[in-house]
Amino acid sequence: MNSLLLALMADSGNQSWFDKTKDDFVNNFITDDRYMYIVNGLKITLQVTFFALLLGIVLGIIMAIIRSTHDKTVATMRPGIGKFLLKVLNAIAQVYLTVVRGTPVVVQLMIAYYIIFAASNNKVGIAILAFGINSGAYVAEIIRSGIMSIDNGQFEAGRSLGFNYAQTMIYIIIPQAFKNVLPALANEFIVLLKETSVSGYVGLQDMSRGGDIIRSRTYSAFMPLIAVAIIYLVIVMFFSKLVAILERRLRNNER
Amino acid sequence: MSDNTIIKVSGLKKYYNGDQIKALDDINTTINKGEVVAIIGPSGSGKSTFLRSLNLLEVPTDGSILFEGVDITSKENDINVHRQKMGMVFQHFNLFPHLSVMGNMTLAPRKLLKMSKEDAEKKAKELLKMVALEDRAEAYPSQLSGGQKQRIAIVRALMMSPDVLLFDEPTSALDPEMVGEVLDVMKKLAQDGMTMAVVTHEMGFAREVATRVIFMENGKIALDGTPDEVFNNPSNERLKTFLAKVL
Repeated sequence: MNSLLLALMADSGNQSWFDKTKDDFVNNFITDDRYMYIVNGLKITLQVTFFALLLGIVLGIIMAIIRSTHDKTVATMRPGIGKFLLKVLNAIAQVYLTVVRGTPVVVQLMIAYYIIFAASNNKVGIAILAFGINSGAYVAEIIRSGIMSIDNGQFEAGRSLGFNYAQTMIYIIIPQAFKNVLPALANEFIVLLKETSVSGYVGLQDMSRGGDIIRSRTYSAFMPLIAVAIIYLVIVMFFSKLVAILERRLRNNER
Repeated sequence: MSDNTIIKVSGLKKYYNGDQIKALDDINTTINKGEVVAIIGPSGSGKSTFLRSLNLLEVPTDGSILFEGVDITSKENDINVHRQKMGMVFQHFNLFPHLSVMGNMTLAPRKLLKMSKEDAEKKAKELLKMVALEDRAEAYPSQLSGGQKQRIAIVRALMMSPDVLLFDEPTSALDPEMVGEVLDVMKKLAQDGMTMAVVTHEMGFAREVATRVIFMENGKIALDGTPDEVFNNPSNERLKTFLAKVL
């Protein structure tokens, strides 16, 4: 395949615009299997995004439940160990949210790589942790807003049937909250996918870094960077479509 | 306390802002098996607060509530277990919009009473027949009219086979032409011997269906008697003016 393309190139004598573009393409992607920088980078990007998303959702749900439980119930709680514990957990969640949302993700990533996990060289793992912890803070606020948006009557109806607080959350509040915040969660996923493009700062070869490496080899920026941009765009469009279908399906349930 | 007593309320108080606002000020009463107690009174008199504290949706500041002999205000008792036996119907229905009618009705019995899906659905269908909504089992709450929603809310509460039903202004949010269908269901329940406490503005219902009427004012029970005593010869001045306005 490679040699065939090269042979085709050699044939063309005087270079038209088309030939030049073809040359550029071959030089950037085919020679030395350079497209593999993008393919391997894409794998890393998807891997980091996927696991960071999972971690972020788990962390986010936990933080959201702590925060909204605190806001909803602490005023009416009887004094005791439960109330004390809830206050401590809420304080921890507050600090987490403030610090993570108050500092840039690149700085957090570098702190994770160069300071906290300086002994480790598992770049993918560290990136997943850093992006997951970062995303969790945003997911927490998204889900909390969803929980707080559910009418208190829903909560009372659940409790009046005999469900305890946790059961009411799980069976009644969270399913409704999730549907309300789906667009915001999808947006957070899109942001996360694109944010992983700073992974290069700690030497992780994600897709953006892959494109940049090709640029540094071929001294031509246009093709590799546009290619990378298009791939991000296609993923985001594909995902947005999926979410739109899911949203419609959830909505149809109620009509 | 007689065997007939389901709920016994003693010295019930609910204060806000320290003791600035006394929503409930020393309520003492009992509700017996089979009684239909209508709770009436001007707005702000504490009638909803009183009803909602019976199943501890409002946590009282002081006092005790014995439900079937157990003090549910005590921390030692698990309120969730007792709430299963105290159904509640709300002014704004509070159906679960993400679940179908069938889902609304079967959720609690299946999760809390571990009823099988078949048994729960069988029971739900019988109850739906009672309120003439058996053809709406698969509908979602947004597809129902207000009166239908409230009837579903009533049978949802009945799915748990409660010993008492608490109604918090069940017809106040309904269009006038839908009030009747909900009151009919409540009447039927009363005839079947269900114990009910109903906060209501429907004086017709209080007069015809209730076995007892409690008139509340300023967080206190101002009058407690049979419908005849309350409606036909009101001795209390405040009750007179109240009835003059609502009748």
